[in-house]
Amino acid sequence: MLTGARLFFATLLAGALLAGAAEARTVVWARSGDALTLDPHAQNEGPTHALNHHIYEPLIIRDPQGKPLPALAESWEITSDPTVWEFKLRRGVKFHDGRPFTVDDVIFSFERAMQPTSDMKSLLSSIDQLIRVDDYTLQIKTKGPNPLLPANLTDLFIMSKSWAEEHGATKVQDFKNKEENYAVRHANGTGPFVLVSREPDVKTVMKRNENYWGKGQVPLEITELVYVPIKSDATRIAALLSGEVDFVQDVPVQDIQRLQQDENLRVVIGPENRAIFLGMNVGDPELKSSNIKGRNPFADKRVRHAINMAVNRQAIQKVVMRGQSIPTGIIAPPGVNGYTKELDVIPPHDIEKAKALLAEAGYPDGFSVSLHCPNDRYVNDEAICQAIVGQLAQIGIQVNLVSQSKSLHFPALQKNEVDFYLLGWGVPTFDSHYIFAYLYHTKTDKEGGWNSTRYSNPKIDEMTASLTQETDLAKRNQIIAEMWKILQDETIYIPIHIQTLAYAMKPDLDIPVDISNQPKLKFVRFKNQQQ
Amino acid sequence: MVAYILRSTAQAILVLLAVGLIAFSMFRFVGDPIANMVGQEASQADRRELAERLGLNDPVLVQFGRFVRDVAQGEFGVSYRHGRKVSDLLMERLPATVELAVLSALLAVVAGTILGVYTAIRRDGWLSHLIMTTSLVGVSLPTFLIGIGLIYLFAVELRWLPSFGRGQTVKIGWWTTGLLTESGRKSLIMPVVTLAFYQLTLIMRLVRAQMLETLRTDYIKFARARGLPERRIHFKHALRNTLIPVVTIAGLQLGSVIAFAIVTESVFQWPGLGALFVQAVQFVDIPVMATYLLFVAVVFVVVNFIVDLLYFVLDPRLRTGRALATG
Repeated sequence: MLTGARLFFATLLAGALLAGAAEARTVVWARSGDALTLDPHAQNEGPTHALNHHIYEPLIIRDPQGKPLPALAESWEITSDPTVWEFKLRRGVKFHDGRPFTVDDVIFSFERAMQPTSDMKSLLSSIDQLIRVDDYTLQIKTKGPNPLLPANLTDLFIMSKSWAEEHGATKVQDFKNKEENYAVRHANGTGPFVLVSREPDVKTVMKRNENYWGKGQVPLEITELVYVPIKSDATRIAALLSGEVDFVQDVPVQDIQRLQQDENLRVVIGPENRAIFLGMNVGDPELKSSNIKGRNPFADKRVRHAINMAVNRQAIQKVVMRGQSIPTGIIAPPGVNGYTKELDVIPPHDIEKAKALLAEAGYPDGFSVSLHCPNDRYVNDEAICQAIVGQLAQIGIQVNLVSQSKSLHFPALQKNEVDFYLLGWGVPTFDSHYIFAYLYHTKTDKEGGWNSTRYSNPKIDEMTASLTQETDLAKRNQIIAEMWKILQDETIYIPIHIQTLAYAMKPDLDIPVDISNQPKLKFVRFKNQQQ
Repeated sequence: MVAYILRSTAQAILVLLAVGLIAFSMFRFVGDPIANMVGQEASQADRRELAERLGLNDPVLVQFGRFVRDVAQGEFGVSYRHGRKVSDLLMERLPATVELAVLSALLAVVAGTILGVYTAIRRDGWLSHLIMTTSLVGVSLPTFLIGIGLIYLFAVELRWLPSFGRGQTVKIGWWTTGLLTESGRKSLIMPVVTLAFYQLTLIMRLVRAQMLETLRTDYIKFARARGLPERRIHFKHALRNTLIPVVTIAGLQLGSVIAFAIVTESVFQWPGLGALFVQAVQFVDIPVMATYLLFVAVVFVVVNFIVDLLYFVLDPRLRTGRALATG
């Protein structure tokens, strides 16, 4: 294990002697939080997947732009039966302990991920049957045609069946159980790095998988990868400045400019696949938090359009985000199927027109309402809300800001307890259906889980359902376009911006911003500094 | 004496139960762990099912009763965040916090006493004035600022010390220590100084005030009159008599140093109990929060108990007084 000081000298030495890229090189990777578990099916959470992607592999991965790439599956296609997908698996792959990888491991992993205690089960809810065709061919029969199935598999990691059986890890951690699952701190994947040691919240050490199937196809130049969570922003950046850390994934907005001026560092900035927006309670007959009784101002489309005009996105970008955001007019991030430049129209910031619309709707003196906001979830989330309070005051809407921890904010949203709220939404499937199903569909037990606007439109519900059945892509895209046209006019959400991510690193590294914020370090190639 | 111990134990158990109950009734204000435990795709039905499975829908008293029953059986549950036994997690984190706290307390007591004596003897020296002024900074600056200041100076600018973590540790049984490796020792310096700073200034000011008081008493004057050397008067006669309140304060402070190393641990990413607790609060990891608060209560109860007993040992007057009053 390299210590801080020795690591520092090792880095100096590496810099001085840098002759070829083949040299052994440790990369210390710091983030604000640790992965919650190594059990690949216990938590469906970004940082957890980001770490597990280095040890385990799914059938399909995504490149930094979100484009699907073959991983453990070499190819996949819908068979003549539209409800059956066929996956051709990669041959000659071995798990870290030498066990061969076959279709049985895939079936085992899918079944494990579909258990009631698994957090990945909702991604696989459309699966009806897993069919073993031969050692390297898998067919998945879905309950109806599901053209989107592969998009749901990009974080679904494959474990070794016999390894899990040997160590009693065939079941996903049940938090009610009083025992720890073996897979929480041990791992045996097929990924580019092999787990050496794990101390949760301290560090996770991995070494290069010398038998990796992708050797020769990907650079895989990092010989040792050390993952360290450092919670305090100032300490994390200090560790980078002092040379103890090579790569910081969560760079606070206020530090970006200073780091960019440092010649010994590289800062990479790019958009995340996540939009930040406001939601309004448009369905209830009356707002609990408003001074207007007997009717709901948000139910009137003119009020929603007025708010859309009053929100000054440019000011938020400049002042609150210090330039680190992309103002948007639609809650679908660019890159998501269904996003178009034509839809992404930011209404001109027009106070007079907004006031006129409010008066027309019957609220010449505005109204009051509470805005609920998380303060520990998105970049500068609370400050965004504070800016919005001021901007809406300009058109006479008195906003009372309720800012609280995500552990209180999200449950309140889930239970439809708020009238006006801030939310961010990432689209891991890169398809508009994911947005429609969770944010626009009527809230039911299965669908619309994050639609706290009480918006309910049977036509939209029906069209959302049809998207999961339609296998003709052209037709499907046409439905998506139609839906966006309706929903953009409805304006039940006020889009604010697309969040950007910043990575900071030593100059011999060049890690592009991953749109899903899950950088895959097997793609890292060292730069020769002396050139 | 036996009666005293029994009474204290009974009181301790009551205190622990009260702490537990208050903690449990507060957890609901921290938030709902379900939102943190499942991914965004989890459906309403899944969420309800998990809440039901964990017993989160039960009334607070039922949840508390279940916790007490489990604790009585030595079972502290499984962390919602880590999926690991809470007792394992706490045991793993305990050495880091104890090492940090004990070293800080030692530094605070030793340096605080020495500086206190010095500033009392050389009341008007320029060094004393400098020390007293610096101690004002120690009392008034928040801990995290001191920590970050140290990091920028010694880690970023001078690059002498590591900015985070414990460095390399050595395992001795279940205990881990950073004292046996160079990187471990280096990693300890800044967190120990940061954590000790406040206590150090407190003890120093206490010793100084006590010392000034003692130096004015008659027996010191007599000692001077007898022609005893100054050094002997200061350390043998004066210091001894100032130490009793210092021991009390230092003992109590050790408890609070263990319990409230939270800020220092967060700044230095020190893998101790405080950092574990902060993350548990953010995640609403109820089993960890409950067990940690219980642990802190135990630490305080035990430290208070020991300090009480120390009074008996240190001060013979108290012993006879007690014996007379009860006997």
